[in-house]
Order: sequence, then C-alpha cells, then structure tokens
Amino acid sequence: MASLFSNLFRGGRRSKATQTERVRERRHEGFLRYANFRWAKISGGLCLLIIVSYALVDVTPRHNGGSWYGYTLGTLGAGLILWLTALGYRKRKMTSDYWSLKAWTSAHVYLGLSLMVIGTWHTGFQLGWNVHTLAWALMMLVILSGLYGIVVYATLPQALSNNRDEMTQMQMLEAIRAFDRQLHSAAQPLTPQDTAPVLKALDEDPFAGGIGARLSGRYRNCATAAALHALAGTGTSDPEAREKVVGLLKQKQAALGRLRQHLKIRALLEIWLYVHVPLTFALIAALSAHIISVFFYW
Amino acid sequence: MSDKVPSQPIPADMVKVAIIGSGPAGLSAASRAGQLGMSHVLIEKTDHLSDTIYKYQKGKRVLATPDRLDLRSDCRFAEGAREYILGNWDDDANANKVYVVKEAEVTEVTGQQGAFEIKTAKGVIKAENIVLAIGTQGNPNRMRCPGNDLPHIIYTVDDPEDFKDKHITVVGSGDAGIENALGVAEEALENTVTILNRSKDFARAKAKNVSDMMEAGENGFMSIRTETQPKMVEPGWLTLETPTGDEKIQCDVIVARLGSVAPRGFVESMGIEFTGPDREAFPKLSPTFESTVPGIFVIGALAGYPLIKHCMNQGYDVVEFINGNKDLTPADEKDLAAIFENLPQKKSVSEWLEYLRTRIRIFADVSPLQMREFMLDSKVAYYRKGDVVFEANEPGSSLFAIADGHAVVEIGPDMTVPIEQGSIFGEVGLISGRKRGATIRAGEDSIFVEVSRTAALKLMAAVPGAKRVIERISLERQLMQIFKGGLTVEDLAPIVEDPAIQRVPAGKVVLAEGDEGDDVYVIRSGSMVVEKDIGGKPIFLRYLPAGSFFGEMAVLSGAARNATVKAAVASEVIRLKGEEFKAMLAKRPRVREATEAAVAERAAMNDFIESRKASYSSAVDLYSDTASFIMKEGLGEATDALLIDENLCVGCDNCEKACADSHEGLSRLDREAGKTFAHLHVPTSCRHCEHPHCMADCPPNVIHRGPDGEVFMEPGCIGCGNCMRNCPYGVIRMEAAPPEKPSLIRWLLTGFGPGPGEPSPKWTKKKLGEEKPKKIAVKCDMCKGIAGGPACVRACPTGAAIRVSPEEFLSIARLEEDAG
Repeated sequence: MASLFSNLFRGGRRSKATQTERVRERRHEGFLRYANFRWAKISGGLCLLIIVSYALVDVTPRHNGGSWYGYTLGTLGAGLILWLTALGYRKRKMTSDYWSLKAWTSAHVYLGLSLMVIGTWHTGFQLGWNVHTLAWALMMLVILSGLYGIVVYATLPQALSNNRDEMTQMQMLEAIRAFDRQLHSAAQPLTPQDTAPVLKALDEDPFAGGIGARLSGRYRNCATAAALHALAGTGTSDPEAREKVVGLLKQKQAALGRLRQHLKIRALLEIWLYVHVPLTFALIAALSAHIISVFFYW
Repeated sequence: MSDKVPSQPIPADMVKVAIIGSGPAGLSAASRAGQLGMSHVLIEKTDHLSDTIYKYQKGKRVLATPDRLDLRSDCRFAEGAREYILGNWDDDANANKVYVVKEAEVTEVTGQQGAFEIKTAKGVIKAENIVLAIGTQGNPNRMRCPGNDLPHIIYTVDDPEDFKDKHITVVGSGDAGIENALGVAEEALENTVTILNRSKDFARAKAKNVSDMMEAGENGFMSIRTETQPKMVEPGWLTLETPTGDEKIQCDVIVARLGSVAPRGFVESMGIEFTGPDREAFPKLSPTFESTVPGIFVIGALAGYPLIKHCMNQGYDVVEFINGNKDLTPADEKDLAAIFENLPQKKSVSEWLEYLRTRIRIFADVSPLQMREFMLDSKVAYYRKGDVVFEANEPGSSLFAIADGHAVVEIGPDMTVPIEQGSIFGEVGLISGRKRGATIRAGEDSIFVEVSRTAALKLMAAVPGAKRVIERISLERQLMQIFKGGLTVEDLAPIVEDPAIQRVPAGKVVLAEGDEGDDVYVIRSGSMVVEKDIGGKPIFLRYLPAGSFFGEMAVLSGAARNATVKAAVASEVIRLKGEEFKAMLAKRPRVREATEAAVAERAAMNDFIESRKASYSSAVDLYSDTASFIMKEGLGEATDALLIDENLCVGCDNCEKACADSHEGLSRLDREAGKTFAHLHVPTSCRHCEHPHCMADCPPNVIHRGPDGEVFMEPGCIGCGNCMRNCPYGVIRMEAAPPEKPSLIRWLLTGFGPGPGEPSPKWTKKKLGEEKPKKIAVKCDMCKGIAGGPACVRACPTGAAIRVSPEEFLSIARLEEDAG
C-alpha cells in the first residue's frame, strides 16, 4: 500500500530525490494547502464524477449497493477506508525512503471527506436498521470526528504557541515548582490558620482535576485559588509576611493558568483521536460484517 | 590496586633513561626499557600509576580509538572499564620489570645529555636521557585548609549521575566549578549542592554559566555562597569561613575546581622550545620525539597526541630510538603504505613523504614527524588527464595539493586556468565550509594529495609557513573567483590592503548608511546583513553569505553608502582599496560588466522593497523583523536549520520521535525549546554551522562535513564532551544509545514496550540493569545516508517543520508572495 501510494504521488517528478538532491521546501506550507490543494482537487473531482455518473448510469430496478455500480463504489470505499487507516502506521514507521507525512495527511483529509459521497452513494440511499447501515453510520461518525480534527488543527496551534510564549511544558511545571519552594519558605512566619490553605496549595497536583477540568481549563477546586481567597481577606498573620505569600500565590496562579491553558489546548488537539481511532476500528469490524453478510446471505 | 606495583628507592647510579610521568605513554616506555633490560626509572608524582585514568569515575569505559592503528607496546590495551585497564597495566608493569619511584614529583631538571639531574620530592635522580610523558592536565591547585588530603575531595566530575542524594560542595566558581555544580544539582539526582566563591562576584566565569547558576540558586537547586571559603575539611562535614563567622555544613563530597598549573612553564624551564606562543602549541620535536634539548624526548598528550593508543606506541618507539634502533618503522607505517599503494610509481613510505615534502609548497616547513601525521588523515591519488577531481557546487571541504602534473580550473564555458605543480586547490571549502566554486580536472596525468579539513587546519596551526601560503593563495583565488573576468594575481596586488583580513565581531557595523567611502569588502567567512533605513526603521534588505562582496555601489556611483552592512555572526572581511579597485575595473572591462550587473540586480531589489514598504508596510516589516529574529538566533552562520511554523505545529512531537527512530533511539532535537517570533520557532536542533564550533576541538577528529553539507560524527567518539561544550546552541547531547525496542507492529498490537520515539530513561534503565554504557556525543547528521532526507521534516503531519538555509528562507520570493 505504501509503495503504491508513494509511486502514485511521486509521479516520476520526485524520483530524482537522491542524497545530493533532496526534496527541499523554502517555505512552510500546511497540509491543507499541500501542493496547491492537489488532494482537494483529486477528491473533489472524484466526488463530482460519482455524483454525475450516478445520475447518468441506469441501474434497474434502482440504485443499490448490490448493483455493479454499487459494488464498484463499495470496493473503492472499503479500499479507501483501509488505506486511510494505514496513516496510523505510516506516521510511526520511519522507513528511509522518501515520503512526506504531510502529503499523507493531506490525502487522508481530502480522500476521507470524499468517503461521505462514495459511501453514501454506494448505499443508493437505502438506509435501515441493519449491519450495513451501522457500517455507514460509523463511517460518518469517523468522518465527523475527523472534521473536528481538521478544524482544531487549523485553528488551535496559534493559540498554543501564543500561550506558551517560548516556554516548554517542563519549564512551566518547573516554574510552578519554583513558586512552591518559595512559598514554602515564605509561609513559615504565618499563623497555623493561614498556613493550612497554603499547605493545601503546595500539595496541589497541577495535573489533577479530571477530564472535564482539563478540557474546559476551569479548575473549580483549585487549592491555589482557595488559598489566595483565604489570605487575601483579613488574615491573622503579620501583614508583611502575608502580603509576600499572597504575591507568590498570585504568581503561582498565573503560572498555573498558563499550564492549564496549555494542557487544555493540547487536550483539545488530541481528544478527537480517542474517538476517531476506536471508531475506525469499530467501522472496520462493521465493514467486515457487512461484506461477509453481503457475500454469504444476500 | 596501586599497591600491586611497589615503589622503589631512588636509584643510586646513573640510569640510561628517566621517564617522567607514568601514564599510558610513560608506562609503555618504561615497560619497553624493562623488556630491553635497559637501566631506567619511571617517576610518578602520586602514589599510583596513570593518575589521569586513575581519577576517572569508577566503572568508566575507556575506548581504544583509533581502531585502524595497531597497538605496539609491552602493555595491553583494549576497550574496557577503568578498573580492567588499570589492573592490566599494573600486572604488565610488574611483568616487564618496571622500576618505578612513586610520590616523587619532579621540581627541576638540570644538566645535559649523558648527565641530567632530576630533582624530585624524594631526592635527585641521575639519568643520561629523559622521556617527558607528563600529559597536559597539569597539577590541579589543591585546597589549602586543614583536611585537604581527605579522599572525598575530588578534582573532576566525570558523570554527575554518579552522585545521588549527597551533600556536595563545589569549591571554585570558574566555569569548570559552575558546570560541575549545575551537573550534580540536576533535580532528579536529589543532591544538596553548595557552591563557594571567595569573592563577591563571578568575574571569571562565562555570563551564561553565571545566569544558569543564579537561576538554579533562585529555584532552590543549589545554594550559592559568596565571600565564603572552606576552613576545615572533616569526613562528612565542612567548616566554612563566611562574612558572618564560621559555619559547619554537611558535606559528603567536595569538588575542588581551583584551576591548574599548565605544564608548559615546567617544560620550558628545561629549555625546550615550543612551536608558537599560543595555547595550542606543542614542543618542537624531531622524528624520534627528541625536543630542542638533546637527550630530552617528549611523548604523549604533551607532544600533541591525546589518544591512549598513540601514547603507548610512542612510549615503545622512543625507548627503541634511545636504545639506538635506527630501523624502527613507526606503527603507522602500514597505514601510510596503504595510502601510497595505488600510485603508479613504487617508492618506500619515507621516499614518498620526502617526495611530497619537497614538491608541495605548503609542506615545505613540515617536519617528517608532522608529515606522517598529516598523511594519515590524507589521501593521495593518481588522476589521468581530464579526470574530474571535483565538480562545481559539490560540497566538500578538503584541500588538494599538486604533487605531480597540474590541474585546470573551469572558470567559465570553454575557459580554464591552470594551477601549477606544488600549489593547492579546494582551499575555499577549507575556509568557508561552503560548496566547491568550480570544477577541477587533471591537466595531465597527475598526483594530487587530498588533505582533510581538520588535518589542514592542524597543519596551519602548527606550521606558520604553511598557514601563510594557504592564506595568501586562498585570498587571491577567492577574489579572482568573486570578480570573474580575467582578473590576475598581478591585478590584485595593489588592491588588497595589508593586512588584508579584518575580523568583525557579530553585530558590528562595517558600513553605515550615509557614510562616505569607496572601499569594497569581500566576506571571507561568516555572513552579513544589509539594512536600509526606510521610514525611520531599519529594514532588512538581504543576507550576504561568505563569498559575497559589498560596498561596490559607492565605487561605481561615487555616492555615499546607501545601506548599512553589519556582521550577522563573527566574520572576516577582506578590504579592497576603492581607488585601486576602480582603476582595476577600468583595466578589466569584463570585471566591470559583471560588477555592474550585480549592482543593478541589488538596486532593483532595494527598489522593490522600498516600493512595497510604501504600499504593504506590514508585510515588509514582518519580513524585516523575521530576518532580524533569525539573525539574532545565530542562524546567520547556519547552512541548514530546522524552522517550525507554530501556526501549523500541533505539538505531536512526531519530529522528535522520527528522529529517534531514524537513528539509534535518541532524538537530536528538542522541538519545544528555543525562541519564537511571529509564530516562527527555532527549535534546539543543529544548524550545521558554516564554521562548526563543535569541530574546533575533537581529540579523535570524528566530526566532519558530509557531502550534503551536513556536519556529522563518524564512529570513534571518546565521549570527552568538548563538542557539547563548544556548541553555542546546545544541540549536542552526551548520551548512550538505549537498547533495542520491540518492533512497531508488536507495540501496536500488544502495547508492549515504549512505542515510537526515544524510550523513557526509566525503561532504558530497567532494560540495561547494572550495565552502564559509555556516553558519547549525539548530534543531528541531517539524516545522512537516509535516502528520504531529514526524518523530522518527512514525519511532520502538518507541514510545520522545514529545513532551510537562511538565504533560502529569506529569499525575496517570500516577500513577493506576502506583499503581492
């Protein structure tokens, strides 16, 4: 599959990519715009071809998955689904020949979208409560989750970059730990009553809070916010020492805010894969059932 | 283990040879003397043999490079742990009946050949000859307070990970002290680290080290004590003298980094001359390792051979020489013979060496010993008439010398220039590290010597005569290549200033807009940026890589400078006198045409940017600011850098994983680290600098520039860490390759193993168990030898990662697209 694809994609033009003449790009070009929207054009053309031929081809008694036309579309669709799944393997298998994951992603995105037409037109718009429609529904769900992926990939990286402001995730954690250490010594002169919320803030795990908090970026039980709230009012400790602790808590909260925003964006960029990938496997299972049942029981 | 070789009393009689220093070189020499039954004494200042290796960390692996060199010694040496090697040597010293006097530091040497008197801590030793094998470490300055002889005081930190959960005090706040302190203060090691500084500020250390240390201090990773010094050392405790009185702190290990006394002064006090005044100079030596003082021989690291195998071979050879063996051929004889093997004439190695030395100008002042060394890093080949030596635009940095015949340079279609026998070519690559400027063929049946860049640089450092010849030729050639059109050496003589080469530190302005002046400059190394003040803001016009010229507009127009040119990185420029340059242009119309064409092209580009500035101000500003950012990040010296567009980067780190999986399991890039401007991110990744800092000091000489311009390391790294410290961009890691991972399919199906990318240190550790593999330098090799090209770029799913050179990235096409 991989070699078939790379040959297709190379089209002879790139076969000269040797050690001394490597494929080089001078500018950044995103996967959506790849090669001047090559795969968008191919996939759009394919959809158009299907829609037009569907109208022109006369299948009796009516269009359905079992006609020669339906089989053609079905075979094409099943093949595409398997190939699209192979992206997960391609991404992780660092073979040494020339291929570009960006090109794969681009093709994956546009050909994946074309499956909406291929799959639906394959059914001949005959849907019902059976394993065949289950496969179709799962496919649509996979595509929808993929659509979400395209949207976040296109929009969120900028926010991720702006938020991290040249800091790495490790540095963000490190900054929080540094504030914790300073808080620890600054809180020494406080009264036990004031110390308690600070200690709680020190014990706080920046990663705790569950999936809801991670995705929303809102941490309702944030111990640092609580400590800040407790100490900002009238405390029992020496005002100067308390002020210092409050200042540090504010800094820690800002650092926590940055980290949480970072984790939120990263979670939004990844969460859909936890739907997209398992559903793909469910789809392949349903698809197998669909194909087997078609051949054995139709 | 040091007791295995007992110390002997001072010999009463004159010995044939006294060997000072019992490292690999000295020990090997003494062993040979013992085997020959020659009267000798091996003098060691400590109570054990081979102090430098003795002081290595327990269990440290010692590598036996270079592989191709055969060992010729009465002592054994093969790769292994420190204990194994020292144990072998102790046994060998006994087996060879080595007469060793320990704890006898040499303070003075007097007398002459046949009657030297060596004053040591134990008494005077009389010897006919002396072999100096004292290495280059010198003597570390010791702490002066009571308890300074306790064993938990160490003078080097080889691997910070050998210290865990310890109270460590670092004494001395130079770079070495700070780097050691930062190493052991790594959070995961859970050490309690204190660094002491006698004075208030850290004036002796690099600013970067000081700021890193201060940051570590603020974060609580180490405590920094200024105006504090040790007062008394006791096991487990250290008493400090602080401005507020004495204080006793817990202390399990003291790292004393108080500098050391280099051995040069001691060596010179014997009357031995060095090749030059600079730090890299070595004692002047004959082919038999004899110094300028007859009867004193110098071998080992002090003679300029830092590798153990060289040292041991020299120990053997030098004693053979002293014993009157005149026929001994050095251990490298067969390697040299192999180098000359394929030449049409048949000569012996020494005849060949002499042939080359007398026929090639740059070898004229080279000693026979140096000649052998250089030839080992060189190739000699026979070319038939018309054979291509290299093609234009081919990468390559080696230097060629013509031993026989002549070469022809193709400077244009149907235009060639001959280079005569004795001269050199390919020197531009040597100096600028850039691609070959022209195709070279053999003009008749010829013999050319190809000297690797490192060997050539070594030659230039060691032999001033060679340096002068190479620099002059390369200067003339560079100028003739830049200003094409029949320019001759005679034309250049009046134009070139003397001294011709000016050094320009990074950021320094060479020409300021509006200045008067008509000198023309050629960038010999480094790079420049051209800026013009447009609307009150300096706007980036262009990036000039090495080999470009500037300042020519004023010569032709006679007007004031119309733009500012400043150094992007530390650079060298050749200054050409304006008046004389003008006169030359009048004489050489073709040079004038070419120069005018360049001026017209540049002027058109300036006009384009100025016109766009009026209508698309923001696009031009962004282009200009991006260029400034890229230059500020040091990419002015890059030839190929990884740039990430953070508008596209989803943070999947597939680039790092691909890097690790394409190599031996270690990633050579850190995506997240590094600076960002306008969403353009420069990650921590090798830029393949034009003049690689990492190459500057590599003892086994394994860092090279490859055919695609990549700076890579071949096997043979000894793990010294010099390259890592020399890299200003922090892109070299010292790391051991992790064990083999289970296959990808298995991971996908079963989830067993660490999956794609670099395995976690935890997994590696579990897998390795007790084994502690040698850490070696790991750096980006631009996926050399991988047909698909850089894995980081191929594996980016969104197109965020590209590898480009600064001139490609900042091309005017970029601005044209953005500004329409």
